[in-house]
Amino acid sequence: MFCTRVIARKLYVNVSRLKVRHKPFCTDAATRVSGSNCGQPSPEHKETHDLSNNIQHYDIAIVGGGMVGMALACSLASMPLTKHLNVAIIDSNPALGSRPYFNKEDPPDPRVSTVTPATISFFKDVGAWQYVEQHRHAYFDKMQVWDYTGLGYTRYNAQDINKEVLGCVVENKVLHGSLLSCIENTDFQKTIYPSKLSSMTLPPSPSSLGMDSTSSRPPLSSQRHLAKLELSDGNSLYTKLVVGADGGKSCVRELAGFKTTGWNYSQNAIICTVEHTVENGCAWQRFLPAGPIALLPMGDNFSNIVWTMNPKESTNRKLMNEDEFVKDVNNALDYGYGPHPTSSLFGSGEMFSWPRAGVTLSANDCFEVPPKVVKLASERMVFPLSLRHASDYVSKHVVLIGDAAHTVHPLAGQGVNMGFGDAFALSRVIAEGIAVGSDIGEVTVLKKYEAERKPANIMMMGILDGFQKAYSVDFGPLNILRAAALHGAHFISPLKRSIISYASGEQKLPLFT
Amino acid sequence: MASKLVRHSHLRALSSSISINNHIHSPHFSNPNRAPLSFSYRLFSNASSSSSSTGGFQRSSSLKDLELAKFASIAETWWDSEGPFKPLHVMNPTRLAFIRSTLCRHFRKDPNSARPFEGLKIVDVGCGGGILSEPLARMGATVTGVDAVEKNIKIARIHADLDPVASTIEYCCTTAEKLVEEDRKFDAVIALEVIEHVANPAEFCKSLAALTVPDGATIISTINRSMRSYATAIVAAEYLLHWLPKGTHEWSSFLTPEELVLILQRANITVREMAGFVYNPLTGRWSLSDDISVNFIAFGTKNCQ
Repeated sequence: MFCTRVIARKLYVNVSRLKVRHKPFCTDAATRVSGSNCGQPSPEHKETHDLSNNIQHYDIAIVGGGMVGMALACSLASMPLTKHLNVAIIDSNPALGSRPYFNKEDPPDPRVSTVTPATISFFKDVGAWQYVEQHRHAYFDKMQVWDYTGLGYTRYNAQDINKEVLGCVVENKVLHGSLLSCIENTDFQKTIYPSKLSSMTLPPSPSSLGMDSTSSRPPLSSQRHLAKLELSDGNSLYTKLVVGADGGKSCVRELAGFKTTGWNYSQNAIICTVEHTVENGCAWQRFLPAGPIALLPMGDNFSNIVWTMNPKESTNRKLMNEDEFVKDVNNALDYGYGPHPTSSLFGSGEMFSWPRAGVTLSANDCFEVPPKVVKLASERMVFPLSLRHASDYVSKHVVLIGDAAHTVHPLAGQGVNMGFGDAFALSRVIAEGIAVGSDIGEVTVLKKYEAERKPANIMMMGILDGFQKAYSVDFGPLNILRAAALHGAHFISPLKRSIISYASGEQKLPLFT
Repeated sequence: MASKLVRHSHLRALSSSISINNHIHSPHFSNPNRAPLSFSYRLFSNASSSSSSTGGFQRSSSLKDLELAKFASIAETWWDSEGPFKPLHVMNPTRLAFIRSTLCRHFRKDPNSARPFEGLKIVDVGCGGGILSEPLARMGATVTGVDAVEKNIKIARIHADLDPVASTIEYCCTTAEKLVEEDRKFDAVIALEVIEHVANPAEFCKSLAALTVPDGATIISTINRSMRSYATAIVAAEYLLHWLPKGTHEWSSFLTPEELVLILQRANITVREMAGFVYNPLTGRWSLSDDISVNFIAFGTKNCQ
């Protein structure tokens, strides 16, 4: 009896010694000891390898290597003041580890983005647009928006805003792959962690840096001013700045305790690729009683459909056979729900004619019917719609970009453009901070990004939410008002120009420019 | 007292013939849109170093002790960007933009580099909690920060040790005069918001010049003695906005840009550039401007003998 107990204890000792030996591999356990015996970190802005444990130090950790996260990395890699930064990208998506490859013969993926001229010039600046142009993409220079009541329509031309194009429709995987290719071809120091964030420890605020701590406590370790991230695969890392680019259900936002406001529209969007017999060169959007349907050109004879409807309809339309679905789509884009609008209503535009004065070339464009859909070319995907906005985008050492900061209705395809705008603004603010020797985790540096992006994003969200609300009510007088608004937007050229300018990503307030 | 306090009125009379080159050259940072209103206020970051000029002068010690006590009492909040030093944190990037622009040009450093000051020895006279010293170190400089308040130096040391790059800063509780006695030399000598708290500005400038290597740079910022500065720095900043504790500044001890140029000239330093800081209350940001009527900063080079 006594003997076995001794053996048992011996075994236990051995086991624990084994554990200790394994510690260097199990970084999670090793970190607990790291605080007191941190090595001599390099004074350079370089990756420092702590000898006492395996914890890497980074300047920036981007959580979420999607389109917006990669756009930030590319932007940082492209600027002289930030290209030396040591960046970690945390994402479990295997696409990050492999070189992107797309087969041109495949039909386009239904997950697409309508990128604005502002986004295109951002991609050109960072050097990623050349890769987009090697793959399928579709510029469009015309846009028609109309209403199921037949009371109003408006057509936009790129020339109205002195641009060559209104935008470009690109598959998300192409945008993402182009950013990956772009960053692969630089000597930017980035490390990809194919894992997920499991916990985040932020350093205490500097105001607690009291005098009493000087005399009694041991010298503070340099890690005291870094955020520590622990990953689901057991890895850990230290970073000056954590960027939450991890989407609408952001883990960073949750862990950092940012509050959000928002609501779900009890609506879903069906997204799919369709085929025509001719090439489509225009973006079409029609407001139906249950929500808008958009038909976006995708190159060759393909188009993308984003169709908003109530959840019950969306389930039906997802399950119905393809021929019926195609019939429904054609119906929704043509005579379904109401007649074609004509400009002869409202006294043939007389009441809106005064501001024309030769400026509105496109105002004379006639209403057109979108090309017929002949075939469904992908599966139908259904997404619930919601609007969500973080009350703050930054706190010390943490910043949110893209959907982590704001999730919008995909009405005008603005969501990802807002995210690219965030990525661009944040990288510029970081560069400006580095120019004057700021600590990039400092909230005073990051606040500049928030000050720049929040009003712009709130404005865009307000416009999209307003549109959504205006079109989710089917009530006679409101329909006429709405149609009048579309009519007005069509004929009053300066106003229309500023609305499109804003929708195409230019940083100006509509109406006041 | 050989170094008698130079009387401002005397200086003003002399200064009328001096033309100031207040050309601003910082394409990346200067804001071309001048704010319609420009509230400005005096920064008191480095006030503690008033002692540096007073070294052996008994006369000003009472003032010095008062100032030292005043700044020691809030020293712990130096790095709280939302605390009493918040205005300073907000203004810091603008001061650094001027420093970066002028030093890069003078020392022919690459303005696109993240560490353009690599290889430069810089002293921050009146460093306070190290708000200026740390960014200078991140920009690659070898930095020495000095302050007469021991508590400031302690805070600065603790904070700098949090960042490996800033931990290379040498902090000393000393004065400019003592550094001169130790025969220390620097490529650039920077004293921001210090000179107006100093009993003898002319002597103080001589000390700064003695610390500067020939053809080295000296940068001084302070507040003008104008009606606008009285209205903004004292009435607005101290009494209306409560940005600064009442009694932070004594308007009559401020120097005008002409006076500063003159006393630097006598210390063998030629002022090459001057810029003003203006505050835009709409954006809450500071920017560089031609308007030197309130806060201003001067860049000079030491003449080679």
